[in-house]
Amino acid sequence: MSNIPQELRFTKSHEWIRREEDDTLTIGITDHAQALLGDLVFVDIPEVGEECAVGDDVAVVESVKAASDVYAPITGEIAAVNEKLADTPELLNQDPYGDGWIFKIKPADENDYDGLMDADAYQEIIAEDES
Amino acid sequence: MPFIPHTEAEVRAMLATIGVESIEDLFDEIPADLRSSGLKQVPDGLSEMDISRLMHTRADQDSRTLCFAGAGAYEHHIPAAVWEITTRGEFYSAYTPYQAEASQGTLQLLYEYQTMMTRLTGMDVSNASLYDGASALAEAVLMAVRANRKSRTKRILMPRTVHPAYRKVAHTIVHNQGIVLEELDYDPQGGHIDPASLPTDPGDATALVIPQPNFFGVLEDVHALTDWAHQHNMLVIAVVNPVSLAILTPPGEWGERGADIVCGDGQPLGVPLASGGPYFGFMCCRQDYVRQMPGRIIGRTTDLEGKSGFTLTLQAREQHIRRSKATSNICTNQGLLVTAATIHMALLGSRGLERVAAASHANTVALSDKLAALDGVHKVFARPGFHEAVFRFDLPIEDILRALSAQSIVGGVMLMDDYPELGNCLLVCATETKTVADLETYVSSLQRISERLQAKASPVQPKMM
Repeated sequence: MSNIPQELRFTKSHEWIRREEDDTLTIGITDHAQALLGDLVFVDIPEVGEECAVGDDVAVVESVKAASDVYAPITGEIAAVNEKLADTPELLNQDPYGDGWIFKIKPADENDYDGLMDADAYQEIIAEDES
Repeated sequence: MPFIPHTEAEVRAMLATIGVESIEDLFDEIPADLRSSGLKQVPDGLSEMDISRLMHTRADQDSRTLCFAGAGAYEHHIPAAVWEITTRGEFYSAYTPYQAEASQGTLQLLYEYQTMMTRLTGMDVSNASLYDGASALAEAVLMAVRANRKSRTKRILMPRTVHPAYRKVAHTIVHNQGIVLEELDYDPQGGHIDPASLPTDPGDATALVIPQPNFFGVLEDVHALTDWAHQHNMLVIAVVNPVSLAILTPPGEWGERGADIVCGDGQPLGVPLASGGPYFGFMCCRQDYVRQMPGRIIGRTTDLEGKSGFTLTLQAREQHIRRSKATSNICTNQGLLVTAATIHMALLGSRGLERVAAASHANTVALSDKLAALDGVHKVFARPGFHEAVFRFDLPIEDILRALSAQSIVGGVMLMDDYPELGNCLLVCATETKTVADLETYVSSLQRISERLQAKASPVQPKMM
């Protein structure tokens, strides 16, 4: 049973989103996703300042057996990236909701956050995968 | 006799289980207008005896010629040991090394090949080879577009001194992806891209391609070109002759930072001319860009018991994992030719390769001097070159080449089609395989031919009454 923090929002493509106090959104991939991928060997992070539209592939997470795109859940601008992942991609496996965050977006429209899926809805989606 | 393992009875049993009358019935969902009506242009099969005779006749046409043609494929001596070892069953029939446990021999050889190529080019990493030099250049262009995040335009600066076939292939492969190959013209005196002619503000461009030596055999000013490109946030793609690297500065040492991607054709390293192929392409790059490099990459690692071993690595770049987002659709390498090249390089060693390069260059210089001394023959470019040179002839080149060919001499490669501005010019190459007597044969044949052609061209003198 994978870990799904109640206070976060989610996407069908297994990204999690946390709204910070300054209204930026921190994004990573869920525990479910990192478990499926296996040991990560490389994370291709975007550049700060890059513009992204909802659904754009902005990062790539690469494990020994697969490489997956990470999508922007919201339109906006990349405000920060987790540089630590360059040398220690395994942070993403060890602490997917904490130190394993991938990038932060400054949303173009703050209200877009409300449209994101909550923890219960995400739970239902992955219940299919885990059964 | 068809090499199919099923008997008639087995085929009938399978069809019966499926529930159809014939194999043809399995294809009935293909609409009639899409069906092939058969291969009409393929003639009837020949017996082994007849085919053998036909091939020997064809081969005789090629043998015993004195070859002075280069232009991307070069006749070098290949020690007998190279193909003796390469055609051993262990190398010859080894399968694709996807299963590392069963492929350590192949993988070790490819790893050694990669190591040799990085040493030769002065770069950090090499892949396990691509199809040929032309497609390697196309892949390098695609790689530069992916790797250069600072550039948005997908403009690639492509000198006209790059091999015309390479430019055409690169265009075919990249143009549907919105990549523009912008031509850079060459200096008519030097036969090179003059750094002084480059714009001080070229705008946003993704990469500069630098050939060394270039198609004319002329040496480019690689340090100035490399630095100019880097100053303007372009990546540098080097297209090089691997034998020349034994005596020229390797691309890893060009300018301040060195080239970013290096590619070319490996044919000169132990691969016979073979009427044009197969050859192999090589590609090397800096460590920073390794994840954008296409093709197979062999890595060295330790297994669960701590023993050293080799394996395919960074496979997430490749299409069997990354699919449409892969670095390339290539899922192979030129294993047999790379085997020959690796054995060839190991046999020659760095000093042997140096001697091949030096001897080839010396022979071309000697031939150039003899040619330039002839009436009606002029060396076109003033700059130093490597083992090839361009000559302009007063008499029509086609006639000269035809006459030389009747003497079993391949005189060189005509340039008129790809470089009409050069006119009646020939690209001539002499490798280490040519003796002084060979050079003499070429020159004296040329002399005789010129005299004969000239006599024909002169008007008949009427007898004075």
